[in-house]
Amino acid sequence: MQSIIQQLEEKRARARLGGGQNRIDSQHAKGKLTARERIDVLLDQNTFEEYDMFVEHDCSDFGMDAQKVPGDGVVTGHGEINGRPVFVYSQDFTVFGGSLSAAHARKICKVMDQAMKVGAPVIGLNDSGGARIQEGVASLAGYADVFQRNVLASGVVPQISAIMGPCAGGAVYSPSMTDFIFMVRDSSYMFVTGPDVVKTVTNEVVTAEELGGAITHTTTSGVADKAYENDIEALRQLRRFVGFIPSSNREKAPRRPTHDPFDRQEMSLDSLAPSNPNKPYDMKELIHKIVDEGEFFETQPDYAGNILTGFGRFNGEPVGIVANQPLVLAGCLDIASAVKGARFVRFCDAFNIPLVTLVDVPGFLPGTAQEYGGIIKHGAKLLYAYAEATVPKITIITRKAYGGAYDVMASKHLRGDINYAWPTAEIAVMGPKGAVEIIFRADKDDPGKLAEREQEYREKFANPFVAGSLGFLDDVIMPHNTRRRICKGLKLLANKKLENPWKKHGNIPL
Amino acid sequence: MFKKILIANRGEIACRVIKTARRMGIATVAVYSEADADALHIEMADEAVAIGGPASADSYLVIERVVQACKDTGAEAVHPGYGFLSENAAFAEALDAAGVAFIGPPVGAIQAMGDKIESKKLALKAGVSTVPGHTEAVSDPDEAVRIAQSIGYPVMLKASAGGGGKGMRLAWNDQEARDGLVSAMNEGRASFGDDRVFVEKFIEQPRHIEIQVLADKHGNTLYLGERECSIQRRHQKVLEEAPSPFLDAATRKAMGEQAVALAAAVDYCSAGTVEFIVDKDRNFYFLEMNTRLQVEHPVTELVTGLDLVELMLRVAAGERLPLSQADVTLTGWALEARVYAEDPERGFLPSTGRLVRYRAPQEGRADGVSVRVDAGVREGDEISIYYDPMIAKLITGGPTREAAIDGMRQALDGYLIRGLNHNLAFLSHLCAHPRFRSGDMSTNFIAEEYPDGLTDAHLAPADQRVFAAVAALIELRTDRRNRAVGGAASEQGTPHQLSVFLGVESPMEVALEVMEKEGADIARFDSGPDIHIASAWSPGQPMFEAVIDDAPHVFQVVPTDSGFILSYDGARIAAKVIERRLAPLMRLMPYKPPPDMSKFLVSPMPGLLVRVSVAEGQEVKAGEELAVVEAMKMENVMRAVQDGVVKVIHAAAGDSLAVDQKIVEFE
Repeated sequence: MQSIIQQLEEKRARARLGGGQNRIDSQHAKGKLTARERIDVLLDQNTFEEYDMFVEHDCSDFGMDAQKVPGDGVVTGHGEINGRPVFVYSQDFTVFGGSLSAAHARKICKVMDQAMKVGAPVIGLNDSGGARIQEGVASLAGYADVFQRNVLASGVVPQISAIMGPCAGGAVYSPSMTDFIFMVRDSSYMFVTGPDVVKTVTNEVVTAEELGGAITHTTTSGVADKAYENDIEALRQLRRFVGFIPSSNREKAPRRPTHDPFDRQEMSLDSLAPSNPNKPYDMKELIHKIVDEGEFFETQPDYAGNILTGFGRFNGEPVGIVANQPLVLAGCLDIASAVKGARFVRFCDAFNIPLVTLVDVPGFLPGTAQEYGGIIKHGAKLLYAYAEATVPKITIITRKAYGGAYDVMASKHLRGDINYAWPTAEIAVMGPKGAVEIIFRADKDDPGKLAEREQEYREKFANPFVAGSLGFLDDVIMPHNTRRRICKGLKLLANKKLENPWKKHGNIPL
Repeated sequence: MFKKILIANRGEIACRVIKTARRMGIATVAVYSEADADALHIEMADEAVAIGGPASADSYLVIERVVQACKDTGAEAVHPGYGFLSENAAFAEALDAAGVAFIGPPVGAIQAMGDKIESKKLALKAGVSTVPGHTEAVSDPDEAVRIAQSIGYPVMLKASAGGGGKGMRLAWNDQEARDGLVSAMNEGRASFGDDRVFVEKFIEQPRHIEIQVLADKHGNTLYLGERECSIQRRHQKVLEEAPSPFLDAATRKAMGEQAVALAAAVDYCSAGTVEFIVDKDRNFYFLEMNTRLQVEHPVTELVTGLDLVELMLRVAAGERLPLSQADVTLTGWALEARVYAEDPERGFLPSTGRLVRYRAPQEGRADGVSVRVDAGVREGDEISIYYDPMIAKLITGGPTREAAIDGMRQALDGYLIRGLNHNLAFLSHLCAHPRFRSGDMSTNFIAEEYPDGLTDAHLAPADQRVFAAVAALIELRTDRRNRAVGGAASEQGTPHQLSVFLGVESPMEVALEVMEKEGADIARFDSGPDIHIASAWSPGQPMFEAVIDDAPHVFQVVPTDSGFILSYDGARIAAKVIERRLAPLMRLMPYKPPPDMSKFLVSPMPGLLVRVSVAEGQEVKAGEELAVVEAMKMENVMRAVQDGVVKVIHAAAGDSLAVDQKIVEFE
């Protein structure tokens, strides 16, 4: 017994040391924390319960049988974030470069299975050189086992990935199927094929950072949701992020008490939307002024800026916010923004998070780049996502709601529960200028007459009253009351029941 | 008395005049440009008349429209405020012709004093001491150089109609005299339609002290003491006070009497200001007379207890001044700070945009210190490119200079402005500056003490422990609130052993324990005394109002991804707070410098690119002009900071630039 305990202690000590002090120092020198240190930062103190500390790989080729480290390059288990349980796996770059062996994969699968059973989020801290090449196909099988679980868990428990080191080849597909991806600037990258292969195959010369660094994926590809300065910032923000989402699809998003009065008025919102429709304004100001304590966790802030997505709270209740941003491309919908919005809407719907949609949209972006790129199908994703969503949907039209984009943005016609408009709202098929050029084509050479017609059209449609008279709007509200009206709406909709017809699954236009 | 007056101005001064008029039971008419359709002065006035496009030249400067507005509304008199048409004789004449009273001096006085050369001659005649200089306008650069050499450098080149820093150029050598003449002429022409420029001796280490005069139409002329406005930047006043800490009673009297003599010499009536330059030996020289209400008039109002706008109205209505020189007393001390939309950390470049958050300090009087805010904006208003970037004036008064200054520091802390850059921290810093506090200043004060504007060194807090304690308490309360999520009870509870990292590049680490106590929380450090903090702050509030060790404090809090930024009393620092057990890990995090932009010339502010002065492939020397960006009617010349070769030009003349937009890229 005594010797067993001693052995246990020895093994634990070895496991805690991972790949050894030298490798830990080297990890630190790169500005990175170790797998265990990351868990310390992520979880509430003393809440981590580790699984499989003594798991070792079973590979005997290439001399691997002589190199075994307890834990085999990944630390797994569960703990709490602000008292709420989460499951975690944290890859240890100091052990075989964090490479994925069959044993390593089994450990990840175990926490995923447990998470599914109890209904708690899975957080993966990725820092891995890729497949354990010595293991060959066994390692590939391990990946696929994880992928399969990612897919089954999708929409059941939230899955969040933090990329805190390399993540290349097949390894990228597990994070890619999780709900959110956070990256660390300068020390993480993701790509399917690395710079060397790129050079060989296409003769392109590119650095790892350019090819798949945090900046690339948060600004250009849209693969990642947010980039952080360092490990600690990323992990602390991850803690904050988890506070917005429910533990599983069986729960509602967690309420958090607030001192912020639900009926707080913001008089300055009355002057937010300029009367000149060509003048932009910052939709983020509206968001910050209506959510609890001004706290908005924006996802993909640096990608497809013409649509804003993220989480906030109203009277303590988390919501997903989707908003057109007039500051970028006049807030129009294009391929990137439609995909960004659609994915966000579907996440919220899957996890019972009500949707608040703020609309100022002049339409879809025209042009060959968009049409050749498939705006028809990609734009339809957002339409599909909103139409399919059964969570409470509150929509505020602040200014423009033109054309098909009006329909898409959580309109009454897509089962919007509460649809409000500001007095500055204009709901129409298109802007007055374009409209009269079509309706009064005969007058096209008479600018005076055209201007007159435009004025006529503007007076008729550049207001919320036509849509109001048709019942497409429930009310016209003063901007300064927006927060109160949303809070009251969410209270009303708290027990909303709506189910879609049974189906195996829908066929979203991918 | 008039039944209805029109205010031919905008912003804070329009609101200021309306307040007094309303108190006197006089109806008010506001005028506004398209850019001001929803402005505060429109809301405050009884009536409002649109007078044209956003540019002042299309609205506030169009005499006929203002006169027409008077006719249309039946306004009997016009208060011009300052700037715009306030010193425009043609305007006063046009009003006269329309039978509308001008609330200001007679046309003759405006004309005489509006011309710097003319006014100097008049001053000489009236026995007022003047600065040595040439009294004829100059337009030939060679002649300017010759005159400058005869007076001796440094010289000032001044547009005749210029003021407030516009159309003024300082020259220390022949080249600067040549360049300065041209730019002063250009600015004079562009801003005032008058390109006459004159040259005069530039007094070194000068103080700017001005005398407020007040005259009625019955031959009574008084002086209401002085204001010292030596704290200025590029001839824009920043801090003004009354009285001056420099003047003795004899000098005050001598200056006051000369000012009265000058006013009398032009049959002055209404309020006016005679500006003097005072050298270190208290010799004073006449600079110019402003025939209008000054921006900084509130400090005089505070120490004299008079309402200058009311007196202007009474004088214009023909009433006699209700007081004599003997009745004028100066009580206590008053200080005015001009809150500008500008960036003191980037060469004070003007900033524009929406006042996303705006909350001025509470006005009123407490413990002998009074606070007054003269503002023309509300939260949500826009500081536009069309007008002056002044957001508001903050005025404090107290029994002593120290009390007024301390009152100002406290009021500045409680001033909330978000959405654009502002100079609040700079103002706080000025008020805390030992030289300013000792009264040892000159108009070069800012240039000498802040040659690079407000720098990180200025912003570093003197007492890091207080910042650490506040940061820790903010983190504690945020963490407690976060742990209440979903009603879950964390096994651990909120940690109280914390480490605060202050600063970004090489942060200072402060370890402390926060003990929550009834009344006031206690921050206990590894060494040194405890700090007691009583605050009702809860997460999300932009101001951390607290009593810290028995003294009131207001910290401003801006959350970031890594923590938050705290500012207080002119200091600002980024704070990260972490459980003490994790502090060793925090120390491992590398400092990442911001991206190197030295290869780029970027626009320092939103504005219009007037010209790009270089071409791709061109070699440039340090100091060479690269581009000119116009904003706030000011042309800003951007020069190369080092030698280099132009690689790419990213923008073209006529482009509207955003802040930080690339203009030129170097190899």
